[in-house]
Amino acid sequence: MLGVVRQKMLGQSLPKIRPVVSVLRSYSSAAKQMTVRDALNSALDEEMSADPKVFLMGEEVGEYQGAYKISKGLLEKYGPERVRDTPITEAGFAGIGVGAAYYGLKPVVEFMTFNFSMQAIDHIINSAAKSNYMSAGQMSVPIVFRGPNGAAAGVGAQHSQCYAAWYASCPGLKVLTPYSSEDARGLLKAAIRDPDPVVFLENELLYGESFPVSDEVLDSSFCLPIGKAKIERVGRDVTITAFSRMVGHALKAAEILEKDGIDAEVINLRSIRPLDRSTINASVRKTNRLITVEEGFPQHGVGAEICASVVEESFAYLDAPVERIAGADIPMPYAANLERIAVPQVEDIVRAAKRACYRSVPLAAAA
Amino acid sequence: MGRMGFSPKHACLTDEKDPNRQKITNLTSCLLVSCQLNLHCEVRPPFSSKFPLPFFPSLPIGTKATKMSTAFSAANFSTQSFPLNHTSTTSHDSPLVFAKPTSQFLRSTRKLRLSSSSKLNLNRRSGTVVAVSDVVKQKKSKSTPTLLITKEEGLELYEDMVLGRAFEDMCAQMYYRGKMFGFVHLYNGQEAVSTGFIKLLKQQDSVVSTYRDHVHALSKGVPARAVMSELFGKTTGCCRGQGGSMHMFSREHNLLGGFAFIGEGIPVATGAAFTSKYKREVLKEADCDHVTLAFFGDGTCNNGQFFECLNMAALWKLPIVFVVENNLWAIGMSHLRSTSDPQIYKKGPAFGMPGIHVDGMDVLKVREVAKEAIGRARRGEGPTLVECETYRFRGHSLADPDELRDPAEKAHYAARDPITALKKYLTENNLASDAELKAIDKKIDEVVEDAVEFADESPVPPRSQLLENVFADPKGFGIGPDGRYRCEDPKFTEGTAHV
Repeated sequence: MLGVVRQKMLGQSLPKIRPVVSVLRSYSSAAKQMTVRDALNSALDEEMSADPKVFLMGEEVGEYQGAYKISKGLLEKYGPERVRDTPITEAGFAGIGVGAAYYGLKPVVEFMTFNFSMQAIDHIINSAAKSNYMSAGQMSVPIVFRGPNGAAAGVGAQHSQCYAAWYASCPGLKVLTPYSSEDARGLLKAAIRDPDPVVFLENELLYGESFPVSDEVLDSSFCLPIGKAKIERVGRDVTITAFSRMVGHALKAAEILEKDGIDAEVINLRSIRPLDRSTINASVRKTNRLITVEEGFPQHGVGAEICASVVEESFAYLDAPVERIAGADIPMPYAANLERIAVPQVEDIVRAAKRACYRSVPLAAAA
Repeated sequence: MGRMGFSPKHACLTDEKDPNRQKITNLTSCLLVSCQLNLHCEVRPPFSSKFPLPFFPSLPIGTKATKMSTAFSAANFSTQSFPLNHTSTTSHDSPLVFAKPTSQFLRSTRKLRLSSSSKLNLNRRSGTVVAVSDVVKQKKSKSTPTLLITKEEGLELYEDMVLGRAFEDMCAQMYYRGKMFGFVHLYNGQEAVSTGFIKLLKQQDSVVSTYRDHVHALSKGVPARAVMSELFGKTTGCCRGQGGSMHMFSREHNLLGGFAFIGEGIPVATGAAFTSKYKREVLKEADCDHVTLAFFGDGTCNNGQFFECLNMAALWKLPIVFVVENNLWAIGMSHLRSTSDPQIYKKGPAFGMPGIHVDGMDVLKVREVAKEAIGRARRGEGPTLVECETYRFRGHSLADPDELRDPAEKAHYAARDPITALKKYLTENNLASDAELKAIDKKIDEVVEDAVEFADESPVPPRSQLLENVFADPKGFGIGPDGRYRCEDPKFTEGTAHV
């Protein structure tokens, strides 16, 4: 399980603890860039310093500075009682987090990847999500389960599944999928402050990417509302919904489509549960065509839910069938070329948009 | 019968590999295990000499196990549970008789064990828990016998156990009349464990239970009316009818449920204990010494979550007591058929905490052990694993025909009914008269009848309650077509479930 991660980390030198503040100081004041990793780190740092009840628990979050260095520097700052290294016991420590949350603490439970959350899924669903209902409001569970989700690079079938659809089908959970640094900061802060269980699905390949951030985002009380999608690019001809890494692909596809005269509107979902159906439907009523993009398995996926929602509410406005782009219906292969085509690519989105606009398109790409 | 004491971890104590030495009986192995940790476990046989094996009746007589059991002659065992039914001073000697021939052995190996484990943090294990038999022996050796409980305590224990029994019997009646439905798991016969432990807690201490949680709720202080209404599915229940039999929650009484999956409550209990320690150390609430009790069964002790939590609780020295209600059966699966080493208390020392075995049909013994274990947790010395040998008189649930259990076994345990035993103890020691106890019986009957009437007359939940409480922050229902949060729409909870 740690094999791939270790190979990556071996390349890095022993981490020197840099306080988060210096990260910001080193950037020019003109256009501040922040990586998603730093955004998450700063959000955790600020929330932990604001509320002593917030604590972080997970494998390698402390002395190792985080399996993906998200919790870098936090152990030094807050001590081992608030940044807890756990044994390899997902079911155990997820349940411990839920028990602590019953009593008003605010745990942030990190799964090294969300694939390992399957060992703890009983606690996420049965003890966390359902408790507020089963106890008629007596036990609220202000817990955040976070970690990388979805495909990484060459990690194989058991480390590459996307869990957005599974968790989003469960009432009682909130499921968030940030894309940019602004999303990461705002949504993580909102999740930690939220009194309900939140599943926070990050993406390992996005950790190192930089995005511009405004001063408002860097403010310590910055928070994004849960349940609101963001329109990343306004358009007129076709709506493309995406979340997490696929937003980047959708934006690139939109640039390519623009050259062909198709003006695409890209919606960054940000929140899978609750799904911002009103924004999606309003957009479809404007453009009349919809493409949903996701990385996970196609059957019963997020795209299926969006399609059903649009058909229920805006059927008369659709000029073309809804196109659903998802990962291939197979466990993730290892070979690099196969892995590339098992996940949606920019060309797939472009082709689908053209199909939705009734332009003729070449057949699917070869391996 | 490797499980009867040949467990390899004791092999280091017999480094001469003397085959006679290696015939460590389960009794002495229990003593050894406990000696390592400077405490003694309860060593008395649970039932009569008709069953030559002290712990496991269902093994057939012709097997090797009986050969081992003759190492301690069955005749010397007291045939009745102690101290409730036995006032003579000889009975408590029996466990120690067998310790004598090996006491030399014990002393030497004790040194061995302590030195070999000196690398480990022995501070964790320095709690002095004394055996019930020792405590009672001291008390009994004085000329005037002193009792384990006062009259008020005795009546309180009696009332709590009778409430549990009467309530469960009424549940069965109501179920067969159709007023209760679904899965109902009754606690008859196990009342001593619940009363013995929970009556020692404060209101802020928490209890985490399984689906067999009605009596835990009652002992913790949830009113009988609230529990009965919850079982009927009425809106006046402790969870407004949304939880049901298996999910009893009470914020006020710190009852954390009520979990249907076995083993699910154990990590949650560990988390509650973690919170208590966190509050004391990080949030600096200096007097926070809340203890958590986790109740679960013998089947759960084979589940991964149990071991994960034993490890973490001992690792972080959390104020928790793991109480195993070993009633020998997991639905129809006998504990012996499913467990490689059926002696559950031995799993405690493997993780660095004391493991104690106690007779769970005897409320006074349970109470003594509970006092020590809870005291340990409160003082910050860490977790304890207590295995209570108990029995459920009814089937696993009201839908279980209960055909697999031997009627002789059932009869045996029925003769050791904890309520009858406590009644006998109270009357024989002049703590209470028959009339007083009968008055309590009558009072409890009235309480239970009143609970049923209250539940009957309560209303069922209104339709609008269907969508409530899914989230603490109802904005989790998202944004409606008008662009505002759905929860702000006054018509949100009307109509069908389609949101």
